[in-house]
Amino acid sequence: MSAETSVLFDAPGPRARRRHLVIAVVGSLAIIGLLALVVRALATKGQFTAAKWSPFLEPVTWTSYLLPGLRATLVAAFFSVILSMIFGILLGMGRLSQLAPVRAACGVFVEFFRAVPVLMMMLFAYYVFLFGIQISGEALPLLGVIAGLTFYNSSVIAELIRAGVGSLPNGQREAGLAIGLTPFATLRLVLLPQAITIMLPSIVSQLVVILKDSALGFLILYPELVRSGQTLASLEGNLIPTFIVIAAIFIIINYLLTRLAHYLERRLQARKRGPKVPEAQPLVSPEMAAGGALTGLGQA
Amino acid sequence: MLQGLSELLSEYNVLAAFWVTIKLAVAAAIGALLIGTIIAIMRVSPVAVFRSAGTAYVTLVRNTPLTLIVFFCAFGFYITLQYRIGAQNSPIDVQNFRWGVLGLAVYHAAFVAEALRSGINSVPQGQAEAARAIGLDFRQSLTNVVLPQAFRGAITPLGNVLIALIKNTTVVATIGVAEASYLMKGMIEFRPDLIYAIFIILATGFVILTLPMGILFTNLSRRLAVKR
Repeated sequence: MSAETSVLFDAPGPRARRRHLVIAVVGSLAIIGLLALVVRALATKGQFTAAKWSPFLEPVTWTSYLLPGLRATLVAAFFSVILSMIFGILLGMGRLSQLAPVRAACGVFVEFFRAVPVLMMMLFAYYVFLFGIQISGEALPLLGVIAGLTFYNSSVIAELIRAGVGSLPNGQREAGLAIGLTPFATLRLVLLPQAITIMLPSIVSQLVVILKDSALGFLILYPELVRSGQTLASLEGNLIPTFIVIAAIFIIINYLLTRLAHYLERRLQARKRGPKVPEAQPLVSPEMAAGGALTGLGQA
Repeated sequence: MLQGLSELLSEYNVLAAFWVTIKLAVAAAIGALLIGTIIAIMRVSPVAVFRSAGTAYVTLVRNTPLTLIVFFCAFGFYITLQYRIGAQNSPIDVQNFRWGVLGLAVYHAAFVAEALRSGINSVPQGQAEAARAIGLDFRQSLTNVVLPQAFRGAITPLGNVLIALIKNTTVVATIGVAEASYLMKGMIEFRPDLIYAIFIILATGFVILTLPMGILFTNLSRRLAVKR
């Protein structure tokens, strides 16, 4: 952290160090004071009593509420990831197709589903399954969540693939064509494998987005972590402690995924600096592409 | 189909729902920009305590689902703890709206901070070195030299945050704020026969809201880009 942000200030001298120490002390006091205020507010409202927190020490809380909820979240995320990867790669290839109609169709599809909120697609898919195909029972909300997440995320992954292919040196495509591969075979055998590798960190970051967005399944009654936590909270009357525990579970999982993405990014950069691949600078800076949730319309 | 569309548009006040969406987005965007700028400054400050506090905020908030944050505000602070924003006697839907805005602002502030930090990182080192060389201190070099360039460099990522925010306003439907997706749920439940028309109307609304935003920000970032 210190190396990259030292842009703004010199290594502090003795006077600056003293001043920083004073500011640091005052600042920490202010931050601690703010946290203490929150904690005190929660405490005076009785949120730290043993009765509110003891349910988390009982195995039944975990075995019948939190762990099944976490499982449901992970199941929805897992299927969405697999399907999004498949459709995303297909859509990405479609956008790079030689055929103008295919290109246009995939382009419209991707732009449309990136502009529509995930929650709306989830609601739509849920009600189409309910009224149109007349699915019922436990599978219904799960299918709704998976469909909503897949529509959105396959569009995002399609854009990542397209950006990845765009960032490859032109020689790659030309070499493929020169040895007699068709344009499609060049894309499939030469460009795509490299594009997916380059975009791997962003794709892993997109996992975090999928995991977070699966919580939207709450509205279509999918028993994911937030909904099962709410059931637990209404039973035990400890809404705030339950939400804190659930947030902690999400933060831990997503933090680990983010670290994985950073690790992959560093490894790829190390490889890029090696002598074999001299120039493969991604057009999309990893930082921008990594903001999966934020990959809006502007950067296409 | 066309008959269904006109029937729906005359029966339901779609524009009013999108007006709520726009109000949510504008209020939350202002809040997120304020909080996000403070967090971004903390993350580049020379004082280590502020840096870690800023990093902690971004890490915690970014990895929590927005749904959970909005619930925390509405069900936790408002319903359970009985905290109210603004007038004590304002009705429930006004309070839900305000808590929804707060939740959206807190969540997107983390992304605004990241966007600004990437903007600050895009400012060449020489600019800050020059600022220090002519004797400006941290505050002066930040406000007069680095931040103006950083904001320009951050326009594209900030635009992406704004677009994501507009779409994410739908999440406050889960706490009963009557915005576009809340209306959509109600419409489909009353008129399941017109489900496709309903989806097309509301989805088009969002395309109309976000697509020009994307074009606007692309143009802005091109026009305001710092020439180097």
